[in-house]
Amino acid sequence: MSDKLERGLTALKAQIDAPMAAFFSSCVHCGVCAHACLFYTETGDPKYTPIYKLEPMRKVWQQEYTFWGKLAKALGISKPVTDAELSDWEELVYDSCTLCGRCSLVCPVGNDITYMVRKMREGMVAAGHAPEGLKGAMVRAIETGSPMSVTIDTLKAQLKHAEKEAGMPIPLDVEGADYMMLLSSAEIAQFYEIIPAVARIFHAAGVSWTLCSTAFEGTNTGIQIGSSDLAAELIKRIVAGAEKLKVKYVIGPECGHAYTALRWEGPNLIGRPYPFKVLHIVELLDELRTSGRLKTEGLEEDRMTFHDPCQLVRRGGVLEQPRSLLNMVAGDFVEMAEHGRDNWCCGGGGGVSANERADALRLKVFSRKKSQLESLHVTTMVTACSNCRNMLEEGLEENNMDIEVVGLTELLADHLVEAKPSAQGGEQS
Amino acid sequence: MNEMELLNWARGPGLQIAGSVFVVGVIVRLAGILLLGRKRDLSAARRDGMVPGLRTVVSRSWPDAGTLKRTPLVFVAGYLFHLGFLLTLLFYAPHILMLKGVFGVSWPALPVSLIDVLAVLSIAALVALFINRLIDPVRRHLSGVGDWVSLAVTVLPLVTGYLALNRMLLPYTEMLAWHILSVELLLIVIPFTKLMHTFTFVIARWYNGAIAGRKGVSV
Amino acid sequence: MAELETLGEQLRRQGISRRSFLKFCAATASLMALPPGMVGAVAAALEKARRPSVIWLSFQECTGCTESLTRSHSPTIESLIFGAISLDYHHTLQAASGHAAEAAREQAMHDADGKYLLLVDGSIPLGEGGAYSTIAGITNLQMLEDTAKGAAAIVAVGSCAAFGGLPHADPNPTGAVAVSDIITDKPIINVSGCPPIPTVITGVLAHYLTFGSIPPLDELGRPLMFFGDSIHDRCYRRPFYDKGLFAKTFDDEGARDGWCLYELGCKGPTTHNACATVKWNEGTSFPIESGHPCLGCSEPDFWDAGSFYNPVPAPIGDTAKWAAPAVVAGAAVGVAAGLYGRKRKADAQARREPLTVKDMEDKS
Repeated sequence: MSDKLERGLTALKAQIDAPMAAFFSSCVHCGVCAHACLFYTETGDPKYTPIYKLEPMRKVWQQEYTFWGKLAKALGISKPVTDAELSDWEELVYDSCTLCGRCSLVCPVGNDITYMVRKMREGMVAAGHAPEGLKGAMVRAIETGSPMSVTIDTLKAQLKHAEKEAGMPIPLDVEGADYMMLLSSAEIAQFYEIIPAVARIFHAAGVSWTLCSTAFEGTNTGIQIGSSDLAAELIKRIVAGAEKLKVKYVIGPECGHAYTALRWEGPNLIGRPYPFKVLHIVELLDELRTSGRLKTEGLEEDRMTFHDPCQLVRRGGVLEQPRSLLNMVAGDFVEMAEHGRDNWCCGGGGGVSANERADALRLKVFSRKKSQLESLHVTTMVTACSNCRNMLEEGLEENNMDIEVVGLTELLADHLVEAKPSAQGGEQS
Repeated sequence: MNEMELLNWARGPGLQIAGSVFVVGVIVRLAGILLLGRKRDLSAARRDGMVPGLRTVVSRSWPDAGTLKRTPLVFVAGYLFHLGFLLTLLFYAPHILMLKGVFGVSWPALPVSLIDVLAVLSIAALVALFINRLIDPVRRHLSGVGDWVSLAVTVLPLVTGYLALNRMLLPYTEMLAWHILSVELLLIVIPFTKLMHTFTFVIARWYNGAIAGRKGVSV
Repeated sequence: MAELETLGEQLRRQGISRRSFLKFCAATASLMALPPGMVGAVAAALEKARRPSVIWLSFQECTGCTESLTRSHSPTIESLIFGAISLDYHHTLQAASGHAAEAAREQAMHDADGKYLLLVDGSIPLGEGGAYSTIAGITNLQMLEDTAKGAAAIVAVGSCAAFGGLPHADPNPTGAVAVSDIITDKPIINVSGCPPIPTVITGVLAHYLTFGSIPPLDELGRPLMFFGDSIHDRCYRRPFYDKGLFAKTFDDEGARDGWCLYELGCKGPTTHNACATVKWNEGTSFPIESGHPCLGCSEPDFWDAGSFYNPVPAPIGDTAKWAAPAVVAGAAVGVAAGLYGRKRKADAQARREPLTVKDMEDKS
């Protein structure tokens, strides 16, 4: 057995716990999970059935942790998992799964298939069977601090623009601030308007905050590719930065999996609870709203809807806050038929957007989002994740749909009620 | 072996053997699952997962409207089968007497005419699910030997029970013996197949609900 | 032995009128479920029937079958039909004893060789070379084999002779077996019951006398005309069963109202006999009608079918006796296997090589 295959199988063995064993034992091959997965519903190809992604791992469980499975393996009746199998499964585990969580929602026997796929990836990546695009992003994330190789210099350049735009300084490395804000590379490079937006909102709300030069990246390729070791490395940088600056809170950016990585997986990756609390920017904004520190004026006239980022809403637990916030500024809001916890994935999460090989498939399954929008007649779609924004924009363009995609924080900042300009100068909002 | 000897064997040694294999098998499987344990979650929970887990054990029985519309047969036939199976098992008077003989408790029975109808509906549902498993692309893709074996050992008690109740195919004593033997076959098969979901679905649903519940999501 | 007179001659000698005789033939025909047109044939046959020789062997039995049969002895036609056979050997009823009795048996076997009817009650013990039951120093096994050789047919009277009966019940210390386990080359009619209904015995004999042939039998060798239906299918309390109205104890309201005795252990559904229609004591009653569940006494192994008061669906034997050890064994094996699995998982976790960036770049 090759060294890599051995590493992969050992990793799979190590990942099997009581929930995994309960899930494998309970699956009755009912196939309902397929009907929750946009990769099946939009292609009709049964190989994309979610539980089928787990087949090699199921064999490992059976052969290692059940009596008859071990016996069958010893007698040669059942064959061990091969490298070729893992290679065949790469497309199923990475290209056609965004870890969106809908399958976990519908399984009649209660299998959390998303949990299972996340663990399956640990074995896949250890065996060397992860998409090249993701591997490249992982290397860049570890070596440069960003999967898109966005450096501190790039950030500093963006900060200069942002300070001009906001008419106020953007705090960097301020020790003792309450909140340390993280960003995503996509925001720094593309949707950089979020920086002045956040600065203005925090200023108006009297929030003491800072960015951190050694920990400004919130995204985590490690949990997308499925490597706990590499994911932990990235989390440690954030924790080190937060501990150095002695902040009370770390704020996740408008990004889905960054929230999953930091809020839910992080402490388990580094093996200890944080000395700080974690909030998604949307959570913080809603707290500011409820405490009266976020004031807006005016309503949007455009008919708009909200796309729920999977990792934030269904898998993250931030369900109501986006709507409460939108309620402040949306004059004509309509929900998609399946919304909130039950919304459909943009198709690009879970590492799929970093995987060029999956581009065609990802664009094909956008038809699900398209059909969700068809009867709504909206002109604007609001969301709270930059990756979703990119995926949605691409899909809408591909389908010649004239709908604008807008970030929630920026939308709120557009309606922000601010105090008179301070003595620090700069343009007024 | 004559029909009375067969019946006495089924009610005696047959039950002892099948029952022992079933009890030992189920306990060993459950222990094997639970003792694997789960790493403690160090992230800050929004709420404790115990109650959401218990809630999901019950609430997962009801599909959301969208999913039901997208794959109705599996739910309708699945429910018809499970309900029919459970109701005929638990509310047919002779079964209640059998359970009283084993556990010492009894409860009121349903009329035989209703049991008869439920048995037929249950069998029909299984036939529908069998055909679906053959022709639906997703189900066909997922299915293996275990699925066919499970279907067979599950339908046999229903069919033999119906035949015994209605005095069909074989003389009553013999038909009854085969019915009891088919149940014993089912008992033996349960610990080694997906039929373990009878017990493990509670564990799986609980984990699912607890994991989501501690994040504040109701699933 | 003198030349046997025919039955018709005997009846006339006894002063039985032709009318009474025909009434009897009609009753017998009806008992055998023959159509009315057959009555004449029955009469003609019985009229001419020569009293066949009958040898009755009693083996490992309680004499209950004889008691049942002779309890119906009263000035009825049945007793006369008994006079229509030449009962040449019967332990309880014969006058002779000792060597004279055995001599009578051997004489009958010789005189009617190939033509006599052999009736047997009681099981045949095989243990200890058959020593558990002997007559005149001859084991039952030996006597049965010798006497069966020249018999035209054998009627196994009672559940012991038909299936082994009480002695055959677990643990069967005497090695008791049925007649059909020993004799395989003669026609055997099993008239089971513990004891059988008197008129069932005489009805079978009447059929043999009338037609000289074996009546249609079920898979267990019992005449279908008496054992074709189950008690359950002919029970007058069946409507209560169908409605789900069961007596729960022997003196509750249901019991007093005559409800079904299924829950009190009635074996009616799995028992074939004529009790529910022909009944006992010349049609007076039968166990269920008297408020007691059917024991299933005409079925094989009815002594080993669990308590008489446990219903048919209940398991035989104490469930806890095997279930409790199974739980303990399951827990022991389960915990051991589970902890072993846990250890192997820990080993895998310890053995696992953490991933580094280099693994991302490694093309091998």
